[in-house]
Amino acid sequence: MAAATGVYAPQGLARALETLGAWVLGVLWLLPLAYAFWTAFHPSAYSTNFTLAAPLTLENFVKAWHAAPFARYFLNTVILVTMVLVAQMVLVTLAAYAFARFEFPGRNIAFGLVLVQLMIMPDVLIVENYRTMTALGIKDTILSIGLPYMASAFGIFLLRQTFKTVPRELDEAARIEGCSPLQTLWKVYVPLARPTYLAYALVSVSYHWNNFLWPLIITNSVESRPVTVGLQVFSSTDQGIDWSIISAATLLTTGPLLVAFLLFQRQFVQSFMRAGLR
Amino acid sequence: MTRSREWLYAWLLLLPAAVLLVLFTHYPAVANLWHSFYSTPKGSRPPAFVGLDNYRALADDPIFWQALSNNFWYALGTIPVSIALALLMAVWVNERLPGRGFLRLAYFTPTVLPMIAVANIWLFFYTPGYGLLEQASGVFGFGSHNWLGSKSTALAALMLVTIWKEAGFFMIFYLAALQSMSPHLAEAGAIEGASRGYFFRRITFPLLMPTTLFVLVNAVINAFRLVDHIVVMTRGGPDNATKLLLYYVFEIGFRYWDSSYAAALTMVLLALLASVAIVQFVFLERRTHYQ
Repeated sequence: MAAATGVYAPQGLARALETLGAWVLGVLWLLPLAYAFWTAFHPSAYSTNFTLAAPLTLENFVKAWHAAPFARYFLNTVILVTMVLVAQMVLVTLAAYAFARFEFPGRNIAFGLVLVQLMIMPDVLIVENYRTMTALGIKDTILSIGLPYMASAFGIFLLRQTFKTVPRELDEAARIEGCSPLQTLWKVYVPLARPTYLAYALVSVSYHWNNFLWPLIITNSVESRPVTVGLQVFSSTDQGIDWSIISAATLLTTGPLLVAFLLFQRQFVQSFMRAGLR
Repeated sequence: MTRSREWLYAWLLLLPAAVLLVLFTHYPAVANLWHSFYSTPKGSRPPAFVGLDNYRALADDPIFWQALSNNFWYALGTIPVSIALALLMAVWVNERLPGRGFLRLAYFTPTVLPMIAVANIWLFFYTPGYGLLEQASGVFGFGSHNWLGSKSTALAALMLVTIWKEAGFFMIFYLAALQSMSPHLAEAGAIEGASRGYFFRRITFPLLMPTTLFVLVNAVINAFRLVDHIVVMTRGGPDNATKLLLYYVFEIGFRYWDSSYAAALTMVLLALLASVAIVQFVFLERRTHYQ
């Protein structure tokens, strides 16, 4: 990557101008976030008054934390994200293995039917899925938020591609050693696909941490709401317009993800790349 | 393993995923079509077969047409800009400009945040008489303007949020493609005397075409799939100016509880997504012939 731009890297004035442009855009891009930070960490009197003399405070966070059951919302989100991820890992691994290494009648049709979900996602099937959840009697549970996403076409596709790159010889060697197909999957395929699993996990966790519309529809109580819905309920009802507290709550709900992103920036970026480049 | 045992084995591996896929993707799509031909049950009145009545109502519904046209403009306004910005960002991050670590972070951060949180921040940004945008325009002597509250600017204000959120995401894919490009191409170009602009137009950009296509499909789907910010910022108003299709489905289905009409609306959305799929399939087919 060292010489990636090589001969066409801008020189002199062009380089200075491009650097300026890149930085202006970068600062503009961070501005809304920086603004939220400013508002959240200062008393509300200073929320639009930018002076260095403004005292820093954590009071907004304390108020926000006590104004709504955020602890419970966080717990719900953590349960949701973990549950979806574990279920996806198992389901997707098994299905991808079948598509990658088994010959069976109807394989192409079945795979085509899986890919349908890439276009017609649970996100748009809200009316019917709500009906189904009602019929199953599991409306307003954390399970009902996660269930439609567990068999992920995207995951099956991604992992199938990875499994296909595993050399057949390894597979056959394992079989000769007496491994059953499931043991082969566990001992040969899964370890070799570790980077794909990591990538998929990061994408899945951030997707479900951030998901909003479906959880908003299907949940109706503190016991099942994830943080995104909790934040919306909080900021749209009894807060009046105390932006300091709303900003604090907003940062609070995104905090864990933001910290994780800052710590693992490289992995995040690479994961999203890997997930996109099929 | 005999062949029939292998078949059985494969189908058993597929079974758990298949059950959930059928239950929450294929069944709802079909059931949705079915329910769109019935009336919504009210009180003791059971659903009755009404044929195409829901679709006729749809055709006569000015709000539906407005949502459709809003969604069209929303897609047209967000997709090209975010893709162009994404490409520009990727080129900049790929060049070793000073502070590229910071730049990559700045561009990509909005992508990781929940749309709902982002929408809250931008809502504050746009608040009339108070928000940062107001303050800035005040400095330049412009009068107060209610960005989200007036019909002429509300949709554009939402489009800006979407562009801000998505450009960094698409940048990643361009960045990956740029980094996998052979440096020999650039060297050869330079030897042939191609200018930087010419090289980009004739070599880099065409080579990025598969990436552009991938990003484009994702952007189109997102334009129809993501309405979180509308729930927070405008609720479809003022006067339906920011009503997108999925938001209208949400409103009809879960505010007015007219599930049959919502089903007919969803069918329109599904038809649009299916046509995206067909277009993508055709293009991808052609691309594989190239290689």
